[in-house]
Amino acid sequence: MSVVVRTVSRVVVPVALAFGAYVIMHGHLTPGGGFQGGAVVASVVALLVVAFGGERWRRWKEALLSLEDVGAMAFVILAFLGVGATFFRNVLAGSGGLFGAPVPQLGPNPGALNTAGTLPLMNWAVGFKVIAGLGAVVLLLALFGREDG
Amino acid sequence: MKRWLFLAALLILAGYFIAGGVWLRPFGEPERSEMDRYFIEHAQVEVAANNVVTAIVFDYRGYDTLGEATVLFAAVVGVALLLRRARG
Repeated sequence: MSVVVRTVSRVVVPVALAFGAYVIMHGHLTPGGGFQGGAVVASVVALLVVAFGGERWRRWKEALLSLEDVGAMAFVILAFLGVGATFFRNVLAGSGGLFGAPVPQLGPNPGALNTAGTLPLMNWAVGFKVIAGLGAVVLLLALFGREDG
Repeated sequence: MKRWLFLAALLILAGYFIAGGVWLRPFGEPERSEMDRYFIEHAQVEVAANNVVTAIVFDYRGYDTLGEATVLFAAVVGVALLLRRARG
């Protein structure tokens, strides 16, 4: 693409990455979550592929496909954490440990990051899954039809 | 014959749509709201999450999210298989 597109994407990419990470990280406090934030970050991959060409990101392909599996495995393992009671039982909520704090007050409140048990971890797992899955699809479509695929 | 069958089906379908529009429930008054109430009142205590939507998606209805993740996984695997390097 032209130098204008490349320069603008250099400016936009860090902002979009930060916004996507924010949406995933605050999934249990503000609107959004793993799927939405992952889609935001995957759009960064699409922007990079459009602006700089797919060739340059070829070596990311394997890493993205592996990261997708890692995200899926992390999600299922987090679900299995609660299998003592039921599958998907939120064992960390209210336990006092990691992400185990109660909400600051019932009703509207500013929110604390250290709440909601396994929800933030699951958000990260699903977020990585969506980043890697959609990013890999975009990259695979961009590389399709080349000599060495 | 075929045309008349089609026309009759169209009229019946249009009748259903018009009836549905005429007898639509007023906005903001769902017929059953016990479950909504339960989620709104208990999500902050049981899941300790401010975002009730995320609490439902990842806790109360985790199986649904697992299915969604499976769909995404299947889509990615399908694309990766379809667009793989051709051998020979």
